[in-house]
Amino acid sequence: MLREFEKINYIWPKPTGMRIVPFLISLFLTTGLIVCLNRQWGDLKKTPVPGSFLSPQHGFWQNAEAVGTDFSGSVTLPGLAGKGDVYFDEYLVPHVYANSEADACYIQGYLHARFRLWQMEFQTFAAAGRLSEVLGAGKDNSYLKYDRAMRRLGMVTAAQASLAEMERDSNSKKDCDAYTAGVNAWISQLKESDLPLEYKLLNYRPEPWTNLKIALFVKYMAYDLAGGDNDFEMTNAKSFFSKEDFAKLYPAIQDSLDPIIPKGKRFLPPGFVPKAPATADSLYFNNPITVTDRELKPEKSNGSNNWAISGRKTLSKAPILCNDPHLSTNLPSIWFQMQIHTPDYNAYGVSFPGAPFIIIGFNDNCAWGITNSERDVRDYYNIKFKDESRREYWFNGAWKPAVMRVDTIKIKGAATYYDTVATTDLGPVMFDPTYTGYSDIASNRSYAVRWKAADTSNELSTFSRFQSIRNYNDYKQALQTFKCPGQNFVFADKEGEVAIRQEGIFPAKWKGQGLYVMPGEDSSYVWQDNIARDENPYMILDTAGDRGFVSSANQEPVDSTYPYYLGSDFPIYRGLIINRILNNMNSITPADMMKMQTDNFDVFAEMARPLLLKNIDRSKLDDKATAYLNTFRQWNLFNNPGEQGPVIFKYWWSQLLKNILDDEFSKTTLDLHTPHESTVLEALLKDTAWSFIDNVNTPEKETLGQVVTDAFLKVVPLLQQDEKNDKITWAKNKDTWARHLLRLPELSRTHLPIGGGVHCINAAKQFHGPSWRMIVQLTSKTEAYGVYPGGQSGNPGSPYYDTFIDSWAAGRYYPLWVMAEDETKDKRVKWVMHFNK
Amino acid sequence: MIKFLVSILLIALLSFVCGLFLPWWTIALVAFLVSALIPLKPLQSFLAGFLAIFLLWGGLALGIDQLNNSILSAKIAAILPLGGSVIALILVTAFVGALVGGGAAITGSFLKAAR
Repeated sequence: MLREFEKINYIWPKPTGMRIVPFLISLFLTTGLIVCLNRQWGDLKKTPVPGSFLSPQHGFWQNAEAVGTDFSGSVTLPGLAGKGDVYFDEYLVPHVYANSEADACYIQGYLHARFRLWQMEFQTFAAAGRLSEVLGAGKDNSYLKYDRAMRRLGMVTAAQASLAEMERDSNSKKDCDAYTAGVNAWISQLKESDLPLEYKLLNYRPEPWTNLKIALFVKYMAYDLAGGDNDFEMTNAKSFFSKEDFAKLYPAIQDSLDPIIPKGKRFLPPGFVPKAPATADSLYFNNPITVTDRELKPEKSNGSNNWAISGRKTLSKAPILCNDPHLSTNLPSIWFQMQIHTPDYNAYGVSFPGAPFIIIGFNDNCAWGITNSERDVRDYYNIKFKDESRREYWFNGAWKPAVMRVDTIKIKGAATYYDTVATTDLGPVMFDPTYTGYSDIASNRSYAVRWKAADTSNELSTFSRFQSIRNYNDYKQALQTFKCPGQNFVFADKEGEVAIRQEGIFPAKWKGQGLYVMPGEDSSYVWQDNIARDENPYMILDTAGDRGFVSSANQEPVDSTYPYYLGSDFPIYRGLIINRILNNMNSITPADMMKMQTDNFDVFAEMARPLLLKNIDRSKLDDKATAYLNTFRQWNLFNNPGEQGPVIFKYWWSQLLKNILDDEFSKTTLDLHTPHESTVLEALLKDTAWSFIDNVNTPEKETLGQVVTDAFLKVVPLLQQDEKNDKITWAKNKDTWARHLLRLPELSRTHLPIGGGVHCINAAKQFHGPSWRMIVQLTSKTEAYGVYPGGQSGNPGSPYYDTFIDSWAAGRYYPLWVMAEDETKDKRVKWVMHFNK
Repeated sequence: MIKFLVSILLIALLSFVCGLFLPWWTIALVAFLVSALIPLKPLQSFLAGFLAIFLLWGGLALGIDQLNNSILSAKIAAILPLGGSVIALILVTAFVGALVGGGAAITGSFLKAAR
């Protein structure tokens, strides 16, 4: 052995300093350190690459924007037709002066990307079912389930179809091409260090923008606003409850409804009368099928308020238009505020990063606002496949081949997932044995989905026209291409015209069609035709005798005399309070409207409190409980931040609902839809012996007084707990956030001191609320105010990330400055960007 | 001593220039090459590389943070998790870079000595 070693030592040249071993060790250690610092850690792949993330020349430090950064500069944009100038005010709101609509779109694309790139791309990834690509499959495969849901619903195919339609319109094509070029002009010059923070956190890079991404964003909004239904839950309820109970829990219309078009309007006979299939009773209404699959649903409270007031009711004699769309209060905000001036128009308002144009706003002649129609335009069909391959389905008496599609879903850190989806004549098969949605229960059924937003359409063309509308006819014309998601478009102009139209293409359904999963074995259950556009509900203020305002708050648009079936899933309370306040108000000023948009009065509590107080048995209460009851009794019914009343009411009411409904509802594990609060309240007000009050699990027959008292006694300990934890006041209990899209609390604004709630005009909930409050008085010089819970910059390292949030929470507004051509030297202009070709 | 100071200056300066155009780990290449070309005792080399990057990254981070009023660093220090301490975040930044710089420098010095 020794000899062998000597031999090797002899052959190998002897190193001079004997440092080869330490060299190799330190080389190994240092290289190892660099390798470790140059990769992502953690299962969720949500951690950044430590080395580059910490490097002050590459990582997050580069996103720490110096306070007082100069945003001025000159930009060369190849393909720009003329010159453009952008004047930023002190809030970083850009006032764009462009030579044409296409140039305006070009510059808007550039600005959106400059300030909101990560958000706009992330939203289109969500729309296209590509979250797993950047976030991994997620806990319990939640991102993968989400991606499959979006793709199976047909988001991508719908966006492609809409893109084709958009590009057939030469104006839309030109505008989208310009917008896309603007976004790409920003992306193409980005260095690693310039990437928005979130790319560094998640370790990926932006890809080139495309017109398809614009279409995807538009479809994302369609999903958010017209992607909700309770078809599975209602199917289960119909099979689980008796006919009488079902009618009690899910009535077609609420007594206290105050529809968008006031009651008493005469409607013409329907242009089309859909006919229920002959088999409707046996195969549909009385078919006791149940569904275990579970849908992905958009936020239930995606709603909004808007109203417009005739000059007859305002102090200035000019109309006032108000709008506050209720969406998730995300950071970066869904909105980006701007002014766009071209030779043809001068529009101001908020835009969607991800799409061109001002979406909600006003120009020199008119103002417009939007709320969601909440109409049900998504239905399911029960599909019978021949075998497990799902290549053939039974339709109209024969086996018909399905169109098969394979979706390729890339997953960060895991193997690519291939999802096979069958498409039938009735729509894509959203649920099948390989996909039960968010349910863990295996099912051998298949359901195809028919969704209005999957039809081709060009909604952007409506907004393109809105930029330059001059009067009611222009507005009506602009709405002709708007199909989905159906919206209530409120309108007012400087001539004094005020109107509201519920616009979109809605299927004409026979009564009860699509309320439950429908039989999918023949074509008799398809949507037969659309409601003609001129039959959509609308209202124009024109006579001295009318009420002097139009309004909407997602309630049912019409009363039961409207000749088409609408379904029954509409909230009613915000509409009630809006109409009550406006009816009682005259000589209205913008300041009145600020007060009204931020009004915290809870009309639901107003209607429910007498019932609760009348039925509680005070003799059962101890001192502490009595004290809470007195607080509730003396509460002014405003959900103001410091009030305890709203907390007591929220707990008491939800416990009462449990007391009344849980005994019946917990007899099944099937998903059921909780009845509307208004349904239960109206039932109890009408009938103190409502059959559900009795607990079916006890021999005795409970009274309303018993369940009300019991519910109150049950919540007293919860209230005491909250009092100890300083959560007994409303704002602290509700805990409103402006929440970062990645749901990181550190990048969010938490614990905002704001009141309101789901039934208030100020509909601020925990992660959701008035996403843009706007008031426009159409005097000869427009007077407008606005605020949104965010800031113009999407960069968490910018002082402009959360500029408006505190004002928003406090109910303060900013005057919206429509910069005139001769105001370029105004002291409100902080920075100027020049664009050249 | 002069070689030591020159090494620190060279590593910091060249790392800064490379950082403008090249990936973050070029600090290691710079520290490696400088200490291979300017012979120092291994531990001195380590110290030179360590101090050079500590000062460069720490100084840059501190400067950026001053101009930003700690808007971002406070958030990142809460995510990382450093309890929201901006000073800790700057020190961690400087230390991580310094460790790479020191390791690369001592490796370079061994190479020199090994020749």
